[in-house]
Amino acid sequence: MTDPKIHKTFKLYIDGAFPRSESGRVAPLHTQRARKGARANNARAKNGEVSSEVPIAQVARASRKDLRNAVQGARRAFASWSTSSAYLRGQILYRMAEMLDHRSSAFVDALVHFEGCSAAVAKREVEVSATRLLFYAGCCDKLTQLLGTVNPVAGPYFNFSMPEASGVIAALTPSRPSLLGLVSSLAPILVPGNTVVCVVPTQAAPIALDFAEVIATSDVPPGVVQILSGEREELVPHVATHRDLDGCLLCVEDAAIDADTRHRERQLVEAEAADHVKRVHVAEAVTSKDWLEGRAQGLGWILPFVEIKTAWHSMGR
Amino acid sequence: MSEKQEHVSVAQAARPKHPFAEPPAHWDYAPSLEDKSLARIEARYRLFIDGAWREGRKRFTTINPANEEVLAEVALAGPKDVDDAVAAARRALPKWAGMPGAARAKLLFAVARILQERSREFAVLETLDNGKPIREARDFDVVMAAQHFFYYAGWADKLDLALPAALGKPSPVGVCGQIIPWNFPLLMAAWKLAPALAVGCTCVLKPAETTPLTALRLCEVFEEAGLPKGVVNVLTGAGKTGEAIVRHPDIDKIAFTGSTEVGKAIQRALAGSGKKLTLELGGKAAHIVFEDAPLDEAVDGIVQGIWFNQGQVCCAGSRLFVQESIERRVLDLLDARMRTIRVGDPLDKNTDLGALNSAEQRDKVERYLRVAAEEGATRRAPAAKLPTKGYWCPPTLLEHVTPTMRVAREEIFGPVLAVLSFRTPEEAVQKANNSLYGLSAGVWTNKGSKVFDTIAKLRAGVVWANCYNRFDASSPFGGYKESGFGREGGLHGLLPYLRLPS
Repeated sequence: MTDPKIHKTFKLYIDGAFPRSESGRVAPLHTQRARKGARANNARAKNGEVSSEVPIAQVARASRKDLRNAVQGARRAFASWSTSSAYLRGQILYRMAEMLDHRSSAFVDALVHFEGCSAAVAKREVEVSATRLLFYAGCCDKLTQLLGTVNPVAGPYFNFSMPEASGVIAALTPSRPSLLGLVSSLAPILVPGNTVVCVVPTQAAPIALDFAEVIATSDVPPGVVQILSGEREELVPHVATHRDLDGCLLCVEDAAIDADTRHRERQLVEAEAADHVKRVHVAEAVTSKDWLEGRAQGLGWILPFVEIKTAWHSMGR
Repeated sequence: MSEKQEHVSVAQAARPKHPFAEPPAHWDYAPSLEDKSLARIEARYRLFIDGAWREGRKRFTTINPANEEVLAEVALAGPKDVDDAVAAARRALPKWAGMPGAARAKLLFAVARILQERSREFAVLETLDNGKPIREARDFDVVMAAQHFFYYAGWADKLDLALPAALGKPSPVGVCGQIIPWNFPLLMAAWKLAPALAVGCTCVLKPAETTPLTALRLCEVFEEAGLPKGVVNVLTGAGKTGEAIVRHPDIDKIAFTGSTEVGKAIQRALAGSGKKLTLELGGKAAHIVFEDAPLDEAVDGIVQGIWFNQGQVCCAGSRLFVQESIERRVLDLLDARMRTIRVGDPLDKNTDLGALNSAEQRDKVERYLRVAAEEGATRRAPAAKLPTKGYWCPPTLLEHVTPTMRVAREEIFGPVLAVLSFRTPEEAVQKANNSLYGLSAGVWTNKGSKVFDTIAKLRAGVVWANCYNRFDASSPFGGYKESGFGREGGLHGLLPYLRLPS
């Protein structure tokens, strides 16, 4: 007799802790292989055969209250994270890359197990994710020099402009690629010193919340990153209307959702953002190839949640 | 005006000896009036669409807010005019964007030069239409407008150098709808048009309803400089015209400067449209004076901060935070300084404070003064002899203000300074940042490390240290939080008009 498998419950990541949803809700997660063959499974089920679509894990389903707790944590963390030295932020992002790389085989296994992809595809996704973290780790202490200027004003003033973080940013991350989509979304947000609340679809949750364990062990201060798994349709209106979020990254789901729903979601996020002039950035038509290549990485992903501050100082004696 | 009009002096007996402390009761200056006829105002103005002047189906009048006399009739752009202007801008786009940068630069340099040559005419016209003192129109508005064209002209052939190469080759965003306010009519037109034109965009500009004249006159400069037709179109009108521009399906980008309320409505209207947007909205700037500040300079900065342009400035230093130990002294100095401010005919070169721009704005300021009285603030204002016609408000200071009062939280957009105090630098920063706005801030101290510490902690797009209300074409301007997003001026001011490959 083989030992029964231990089913993990994936919990949220808020303010450095792993709580269940305050609502007590969970969503069962089924094997992807079974889902792929859903039609065949249904036929077998009709014939009285046992379905192979068995739940393999439970995923916490975040509520509006969980979102509010997450934003509170992010707001508390913002003051010190945004004023920490760029060198320190860079080292912490680098630590995340180290931890991910060290656990890469576990992530490959998890991708294969939960998402049913091939080991080769999974391996590539994990590798690119770690490399992407490295890219952004190295960005932290370059950003001011890349985006800052000294301005030659016509008067006796010393005048300069520099980038700063916008504040607390929500990231609506894609369901696929679960790891790379999450990493590509949150890392550029962290670079200038923003804190982030990631809202992750249930299908992507096991990988995303595994990654939360990487974050939790990489010297990332509590509250800098929160990861909420849940129903995107349920959480998006709350993200859109939350007044203590300074910005929102909306990764448009290409494959999983029809065009109408996509448009409604975008419209909702952008319209409600107007209530308190929230910054919204829409990452659209990012294909799985794009996620793996240069298009999903770069200064262009950092810029939307950066504010330029200009300081004047009079000169004289 | 409310009942507490007369000047109430505090600590009269204890007033310290200071050069400003005992000015003569009345400074007599012979009037030094600028010649009104320099403005060459016509009786009727038309719309500027596709390089031609066109009548509107309806008209409205624009007045001189200093005497309420009608200056001219102006065409009111309707939906058809908006359609035509956008179509003209669309037609002009490929050629303008495709033109070598150096050629666009030449035309924009010419605009700057012609503006400089005609600066006196523009200054007088601006003063008549807006109510601002001729000294400011002459020394600030027109000068800065010309500088903006000059600065951005030079970028037209250097766009490939402007941004990190990794961002890819930038291209112009396309047809821009630009909606500007009435406080700096010509300068705001320059802020909007210069960077857009430099990168190769074409524009449909709507000046504010109460101040349409300098933007229309600017079209003459564009014609004279030889800008191709359709590259700039100017539509005069009110909110409806602006809305038609915002909602027009063939516009790629909206740039708006104005109230936060309207800015939010625009952001909402553009939801899901894919159009680019920049917003430069309201503010309630904190102006912090530490006890180790150079007080004479600081007082001058406070005056500059709140009474420049009658306080009708989005970045006006309208919340003064003075460290408790020097509060009395600063108030006394301010009080004395305030009484030397000359309010009156904007065309007089001696005038410091001109007319508010409209009856509506005057009413709004007076409404806030009533609210201030109801909430328990004490008002000080010199007993200025105000003209009987026109829209006026003397330089005004509110004492005994608490951070929760509406006059400490909401943008008044008038010459009204709310005075608050603080004990520690931490408290100053905390109070300063306790606002939905984040456009600008000021800080005064002679200690260098404190300057930079405060600059770093203030959540505002522009921070003036030991100065206030300074502007330059090379210096980015724009807000945090509900003061909007995007920057105007400087290298960063190019970005909102560029599309990047990613």
